[in-house]
Amino acid sequence: MQRLTVNGVAIDDTFAEAFGMRATAIIITGPNRKWARQAAITMTGFATSVIGCGCEAAIDVELPASETPDGRPGCRVMIFAVSTDELQKQLQNRLGQCVLTSPGSACFAGLNGTADLKLGAALRYFGDGWQVSKKFGGKHFWRVPVMDGEFLCEATTGLTKEAVGGGNLLLVASSNAKALVAAEAAVEAIEKVPGAIMPFPGGIVRSGSKVGGKYKGMMASTNDAFAPTLRGVVKSELGPEDNAVLEIVIDGETSDAVAAAMKAGIAGVTALGPEKGASRISAGNYGGKLGKFHYHLKDLLP
Amino acid sequence: MKLLTFTLRETPPERLDLSQLTPEGLAGLSAKEISEIRLGMSKRGLKVGDIFRVSGSDVKNIVFEGGSSRFDGVGTEMGEGSIRVAGDVGAQAGRKMRGGQLLVEGSAGPHAGSCMRKGRLEVLGDAGDHLGGPLAGELAGMNGGVLIVRGRAGDYAGDRMRRGVAAVLKGCGDYAGARMIAGTLAVTGGVGRVPGYLMRRGSILLDRMPEKLSPSFVECGAPDSVFAAVFDRYLVAEGILKRPLLGSAPGKFGGDNAVAGTGEILFRR
Repeated sequence: MQRLTVNGVAIDDTFAEAFGMRATAIIITGPNRKWARQAAITMTGFATSVIGCGCEAAIDVELPASETPDGRPGCRVMIFAVSTDELQKQLQNRLGQCVLTSPGSACFAGLNGTADLKLGAALRYFGDGWQVSKKFGGKHFWRVPVMDGEFLCEATTGLTKEAVGGGNLLLVASSNAKALVAAEAAVEAIEKVPGAIMPFPGGIVRSGSKVGGKYKGMMASTNDAFAPTLRGVVKSELGPEDNAVLEIVIDGETSDAVAAAMKAGIAGVTALGPEKGASRISAGNYGGKLGKFHYHLKDLLP
Repeated sequence: MKLLTFTLRETPPERLDLSQLTPEGLAGLSAKEISEIRLGMSKRGLKVGDIFRVSGSDVKNIVFEGGSSRFDGVGTEMGEGSIRVAGDVGAQAGRKMRGGQLLVEGSAGPHAGSCMRKGRLEVLGDAGDHLGGPLAGELAGMNGGVLIVRGRAGDYAGDRMRRGVAAVLKGCGDYAGARMIAGTLAVTGGVGRVPGYLMRRGSILLDRMPEKLSPSFVECGAPDSVFAAVFDRYLVAEGILKRPLLGSAPGKFGGDNAVAGTGEILFRR
């Protein structure tokens, strides 16, 4: 069978399988770019996978001062979870512990959705009676006195049920260095796609997983079919030249955002070619039965 | 459909009650029925037809060509559509408004926007005393919406205000924001004596430091304020002001400590 290749990079005839999720977005601003980013990074720390973190979160885009509600530099942060209740809990905890605490921060709604999640409406109690409610221009804000002045926070933000989590690309390379170069190229390309985040460290996962495991209670365990050191002992997906695989996981505000992100990632990786980066692109799925959304790689070629 | 237009024939000989001439008040009425509506407040029994020439039929969008300080209750309880007055109005313009737009191109008398709840009332000229305020016996004044006076307002602007945004651009008299319950009153061009007298909560935003303040207000520092930045942008985006009002770090007086004391007067430093 003739394999599909783009610029020398083999593309597997397979698909990424993804799931419907609940998502929200907020805009965090700060006195300068550094502190807007710091609040956003702190808030999205330990938010790589819903399996162990309760939510998946990352910065969607950085916003220049001209595009934020208060005229200061900011970040749009997206948060994904499996249920509305869990999303509200994670949002509230992370906002209270990471954004409220960050010097000079403010927080605004980042999504017009079907339902509302509480932001300031939950945090206002920190004001201990000195909080101030302000409604103008069709928006509702809470002002909470803090030690460097006031924390301004919009009362609510929107929730979408159209979000998709688990879009992915598996980048197979002949060395670790090449796999990392390819993965970095994919991350750089996907960062430019609005409405899509990559929640893992720097956007990259090295410990891709399969469902379940031999030990009781393990919801996920190592993806042995793509582990190069197990090439000879399990039913491996890897060829004789394949020595490292890295995965990009993508969550999107919509299914279209996930598809656009995967397409951008494939374009970034194939542009490098197999000499500098990945020799092959694959994707992770569970046979197509678990997830509602399927992204076939052959439909997403540059 | 052409705008329903009431053209003033001559200066009315007495005070008129125009509270029925709103989109809701005129809905479903024929031209003849409209001309029969009684406006006069005396035994003379003046009707619409005696005061105005009426043309057009779009009751949702009403125009008064020519105004008078004897036009009382213009736009009372209006909930939708628009009313434009090319001239002055008398007392209680836009009283208890629930929506829509009321534009007064001249000046308004006392109690303009009294107890309004929603919608937008704009006065291009001056306004009298008790802007947005309650009538005697009512517990709360302005309760929502946007109220703009491009000229000067009299005493007690924003009296007992509870919600919404009121803006006065060329200064106002004494006791601005007196007895405020909540809401936001913005004033450029200076306020008279003791602004915020007995205010419980709410914000009075000024383009300069107030000169004569009640002694029960206390100075509360001037840290950077994101609220000021966001509100400044709102005022400009809404077309209320051309330039930011407060700046990024306004000064604050807290009060009135003679009552609850969680109100504030923010001012550009």
